[in-house]
Amino acid sequence: MRKRESAVKNAVVKYGKERKNLLPILQEVKQIKNYLSRSDISEIGAEMGLSSAHVYGVASFYHFINLTEQGQNIIWVCKTISCYMKGSNDIMMALEERLKIKIGETTSDGKFTLLQTNCIGWCHKGPAMLVNDEPYTDLTPENVVQIIDSYYKK
Amino acid sequence: MTKQKLKRVDLIFSKEYSCDKILATSLKKPKEEIIQMLMDSGLKGRGGAGFPTGLKWKMAAAEKSKRKYVICNADEGEPGTFKDREILDQVALKVLGGMALCAYVIGAREGFLYLRYEYRFLIPKLEKILDTFHKWMEDYDLDFTVKLFIGGGAYICGEETSLIESMEGKRGEPRNKPPYPTQEGYLGKPTVVNNVETLVYTLMIMRIGADEFKSMGIEGSSGSKVFSISGDTPKAGIYELELGMTLDDFVKEFGDGDTKSVQVGGASGFCVPRKRFKEIHIGYQGGLKGFSIPTGGSMMLFNSSRSMYNVLHNYLVFFEEESCGQCTPCRVGCQQLLKGVEAVKRGEKNQKYLNDLLRLAETMKITAKCGLGQSVANSFSSIVENFREEMIY
Amino acid sequence: MSKKMINLVIDEIKTTVPEGTLLLEAAKSENVKIPTLCYHEDLCIAGNCRVCVVEVKGWNTLLAACATPAMEGMVVYTNSPLVRRARRDILALLISEHSTQCTTCYRSTNCELQDLAAEYNIDNEIYINLLKDKIFTVDRTSWAIEKDESKCIRCQRCVRTCAELQKVNALDVINKGAEMKIATFFDMAMSDVVCTNCGQCINRCPTGALTERRYIDEIWDAIGDPTKHVIVQTAPAVRVALGEMLGYEPGVRVTGKMVTALKRIGFDSVLDTDFSADLTIVEEGHELLQRLKRKLVDQEDIALPLMTSCSPAWIKFIEHLYPDYLDHLSTCKSPQQMFGAIAKTYYAEKKELDPKDIVNVSVMPCSAKKFEANRMEMKDSGYPDIDLVCTTRELGHMIRQSGINFKELPNSKYDKFMGESTGAAVIFGVTGGVMEAALRTAYEIVTGREVPFEGLNITPVRGMEGIREATIKLEKVLPDWSFLEGVELRVAVAHGLTNAAQIMDNIVIGESPYHFIEIMGCPGGCIGGGGQPIPTNEEIRRKRTEAIYTEDEKMKIRKSHENPEIIKLYEEFLGTPLGEISHKLLHTKYTRRERV
Repeated sequence: MRKRESAVKNAVVKYGKERKNLLPILQEVKQIKNYLSRSDISEIGAEMGLSSAHVYGVASFYHFINLTEQGQNIIWVCKTISCYMKGSNDIMMALEERLKIKIGETTSDGKFTLLQTNCIGWCHKGPAMLVNDEPYTDLTPENVVQIIDSYYKK
Repeated sequence: MTKQKLKRVDLIFSKEYSCDKILATSLKKPKEEIIQMLMDSGLKGRGGAGFPTGLKWKMAAAEKSKRKYVICNADEGEPGTFKDREILDQVALKVLGGMALCAYVIGAREGFLYLRYEYRFLIPKLEKILDTFHKWMEDYDLDFTVKLFIGGGAYICGEETSLIESMEGKRGEPRNKPPYPTQEGYLGKPTVVNNVETLVYTLMIMRIGADEFKSMGIEGSSGSKVFSISGDTPKAGIYELELGMTLDDFVKEFGDGDTKSVQVGGASGFCVPRKRFKEIHIGYQGGLKGFSIPTGGSMMLFNSSRSMYNVLHNYLVFFEEESCGQCTPCRVGCQQLLKGVEAVKRGEKNQKYLNDLLRLAETMKITAKCGLGQSVANSFSSIVENFREEMIY
Repeated sequence: MSKKMINLVIDEIKTTVPEGTLLLEAAKSENVKIPTLCYHEDLCIAGNCRVCVVEVKGWNTLLAACATPAMEGMVVYTNSPLVRRARRDILALLISEHSTQCTTCYRSTNCELQDLAAEYNIDNEIYINLLKDKIFTVDRTSWAIEKDESKCIRCQRCVRTCAELQKVNALDVINKGAEMKIATFFDMAMSDVVCTNCGQCINRCPTGALTERRYIDEIWDAIGDPTKHVIVQTAPAVRVALGEMLGYEPGVRVTGKMVTALKRIGFDSVLDTDFSADLTIVEEGHELLQRLKRKLVDQEDIALPLMTSCSPAWIKFIEHLYPDYLDHLSTCKSPQQMFGAIAKTYYAEKKELDPKDIVNVSVMPCSAKKFEANRMEMKDSGYPDIDLVCTTRELGHMIRQSGINFKELPNSKYDKFMGESTGAAVIFGVTGGVMEAALRTAYEIVTGREVPFEGLNITPVRGMEGIREATIKLEKVLPDWSFLEGVELRVAVAHGLTNAAQIMDNIVIGESPYHFIEIMGCPGGCIGGGGQPIPTNEEIRRKRTEAIYTEDEKMKIRKSHENPEIIKLYEEFLGTPLGEISHKLLHTKYTRRERV
C-alpha cells in the first residue's frame, strides 16, 4: 500500500500539480503498477485538485491507461485491417492456446494479459503486436509462441 | 490537368544534405520570406487534412502573444499509416529542424512532439536526438526547446484540437471551431500543429526552393509525399512519390496483379474500385466524385480474394470504438452503420436499408463536429456503393 | 466600449449583431427559433448534440448554431431541406439510443427530446434500437436523485452543471465511442459519491435520465390513512414557482391557492416553513452574537466566519470537500428540520397528538431536502423530524392528480399555529435572504434599532452576482453588547457551490475577512432549487426573485423576532434562544465525508 501511494505522489511531484500534467502522471503511475486502481485515481484527483470522477473520466478515455489489474506483461494484438488480412486472428488463437486464456484475461501466474488494440503502425509487416512497449512484427503462429517463451525465460 | 507518372523522390530520407546546415541558413532568412516560400511551394499538410502549411504559419505569426507553441503531431493512428514512425526512426532531426523553423517564424519558444503511445519504443532514441537538437539551438542562438509528450491511445487525438485537449490533461475531444489553434491553441495560446512529414518538407523546401518543389506533382497538389503501402502487395513499405499519379500507375507498380480496389487515405479515406483506377489521381482536390483523392499516406490494396464486407466491418468496428463519443452523429451514427450492415448481411434488414444507411452517412458527413465523424462516410459510402452485392450476399 | 457590428442574413432577414454573437442568439433576435438540446444558457457551450445545425452559404458542412459566432456577410438558412433532414436524422439517432417508453416516464410532456421528436415527426423507428444489446441500470440508491442511463442522450448538461455551477464533479463523461456515457467515479452508487443532491442536474436534464426520487405515492398513502395526522409545510420558494406547473407564467405568487389546494388534497394541517425560518433566524442570530462574544470578549478559539446551514446541498458539499472546516457551520438545523422537531414535540403536545401518529410532509424547492430528512441524526425528539419530502414539481403533479382546477381556487390562509410568517422568512427563498433576515434581527438585538436601510430592504446583499458582501457598522449599541461598539460587521453572500468553493478557499488560506456568510447551494438560492419547475433559467430565476421580494413587502411583520408565534413558542416551550431545549431539538452536528 505504501509503495502505491508513493507512486502517485512521486509522479505528481515529478510533473507538477497543474492540470496539463494529468496525462503524464496517469501514464507514469500506470507504467509502475501496470494499471491504475480506484485509490490511485482518487489520490491523483486529491493531489491535483480535481474530482475523482473527472480523473476517472479522463483516464477511461485512453486505451492504454488500464483501470483494471493487469498481468506483468500486456500483449496488445493489432486487430485493424492490414494485420487482420495477414492473419491476426490466427496469431490471437495461437496466443490463446499458448497462454491458456481468452482475450481480456490474465494468465493464472499473473505473467501475461492478452488484449487487442487498433492499428499500431506496422501495417506493412503484419500481423503485429506490442508486448508492453515493444513491437513485434511479421508474426506467425509459430514465432509468436517463441516470443512468449522468451518472456518466460527473462 | 497534366497527368503525372509515378515517380520516386528522395527528399525526406535523403542523407545528401545535413539538416543543421539547411536550418542554419534558413534561420538567417527574414520570417516573411520563409512564409512566402512555403506559400509559393503549395505545401499542404501531410497528415491528411491538407491545410496549406504556409498559411497556417502566417496566421500564427500574425497573432500577438508572448507565448506560442509548435506541436509536432506524431499521433499517427490512421489504419494503414506508418510513415511518421519511419520518419521519426530515421530522420528525427529533420522533424525537429522543421519545428525549429516554425518556432523561428511564428515566435515560439516551446515545442512538443506528441508521440502516440504505440511508438513508445522510440522514446530512448528520440531523447538522445533531442539532446543533440538542443545543442544546435544553443549554437544557432534560437531560444527553443522541444519536449516529448506521449499520447494515451486514442485515434481521435490525431485531430489537432483533440490533441491539444489531451495535452491539457483532458479527454481528447475535438473543440468547437473557431477559434482555431493558430488563434487559441495549447493553454489558450497561438499554436501550430503540424504533421511529422509536413515539418520535414518545410525544411526540404528551404533546401530545394519553392519552385523545384512546386514543379513536382499536379496543380493544387504540388510536391511529393511519403506513402505507407500495405495490404495485398508484394512491395509493402514506405515510398516517397510525387503527388498526382493515377491509381492505375500506382497499382501497376505496387499491385499483385489482381487488385480489386485500393483504399486511399485509410479507414477515413475512400475505396476506389478497379474500374476507376485510370481516372483517379492522388492529390488534394475532390474526393471520390472529383478528380483526385487525398491521403495522409495510407494506401491499402485489396485483391479479389478479399471480402469488402469484412473490410468495411473492420473499419466500422474501428470507428465505433475510436469516436470520442461526444457528438450525436458520430457516436450513434457509427454504431448504426455497424449494426446496420450486420443486420443487412444477416438478412434481418432488407437490402434497401443500405440506402437509409447511405443517407445517414451523408448526414454524418455534414453534421459531425470534427473530421473523424465527417469522414466515416468516405469509406462507408465508397465501399457500399461500389461493392453493394458483397454487402448483401 | 462599443463592439464591432456584424452584418448577416438569416432566412432572408438582414440583421446586424455585435461581434461574438452566436448564430443561435442572432436568430433568436430575429424571432427565428433554432432547436437545441445540449445548449443551456447557464452553461458553457458544448456543441455536441448537433440538433441546432444550420446551413451557411459557402460551407461544405452544416454548422452548429450554438457554437458558431456570426461572421460578416454570412448567409444562413435555418430551415432548408438539408437542415431539416439532418435534424431529423440526428433526432432519430438520439431516439435509437434512448428508452422511448414515454408513457411510463416521469418527464413525459415535459421532455425536450419528446417535444422535438413530435416537432420533426419522428413517427417510426428509422434506425436499429441500440438499447437492446446493452445493459442499463437505474440508480435508485440516493434518497434524492434517480439516474436512468437508458434515457440519457449524452448532452452533458448535467456534467457541465456539476462542474461549472457546482464544482462538485460527481458526474462526468467516461469511456469513448459507443461506450461513452455519463457516470460517477467508477460507476459507484449515487448514494456513495460526492453528489450533494442539489438537483441542479435534474433541472437541466432535457429528458428523464435524471429525476428526483419521488415520494408521491407514500404521501397519498399517508393522507389516506385515518390513523395518521398528516402535516404539510411549504418552503418559501415553492409559492413563487408552483404556478409554473399549473399554467401560470413564471413569477406569479400562488400562496393562497396553494394553501387551498393542499387543504383540498386532504392534509390535516397546512403549515408554513416560514414559521421555522423565523425560528432559525432567532437561533442563528443569537449564535452569531454568542460566537462574536466568545471570540472578542472571552478570547476563545472560536471558528469565524459563521456560515449558514439552511441549504442541505451546501452542507453535504462542505462535508465532502472541506471537512476540516465543519466548525464554521452554524449548528442550527435547517428550517425544514426545525419545523419537524417542533411539530413532533410542542405541536403534538398542544394538539394532544401522539408524535408517532404525526406524518410530517414538506414541500421543498429542493431535492437535497430529501436527503436531509433522512440523515441519521435528524430525530432528536425520538421520531424522525421529517417523514416525507416532495419537490415543487411533485406537488404540481399531486394537484393535477387530484383533479383540482388550480386557477379557479380561492385563496386561503395557513392553519394555526406554525402557520404564521414574516417577510424575513419569505426571503429565505432567494440568495441573500437569510442574511437580510438575520441582519434585521441581529442588528435590532444589539442596538435596539431597526437596520439602517430604507424600508428594511438591505439592498447590498440582494442581487444575482455570485458573491456579494456588505459591512454594517454597529454603533450606539445596547449595554449588554458594549463589546460590539464600533465593530464593523462584515458579511458575505454566495450562491451556487462554485462560489461557495471560492469563499471556502479564502477561509482555508486564512484570508476571509467576514464574520458571517450565507451560502445557498443553488444558483439564485432556493427559487432556483433543484426541485423547482423545469425549465429554470436566468430570466425565470429573476421573476421568481421579484415575486419573493413582493411577498416580503406585502407582509405586515417583516422581522423574524416579531413573529408572534415564535415569541409564544419561546415563552411556552423553548425558554431562551440557544437554551437547553433548543440545543436538543434545533441544533445538530455534521459528518466528515470522503471526496470520491
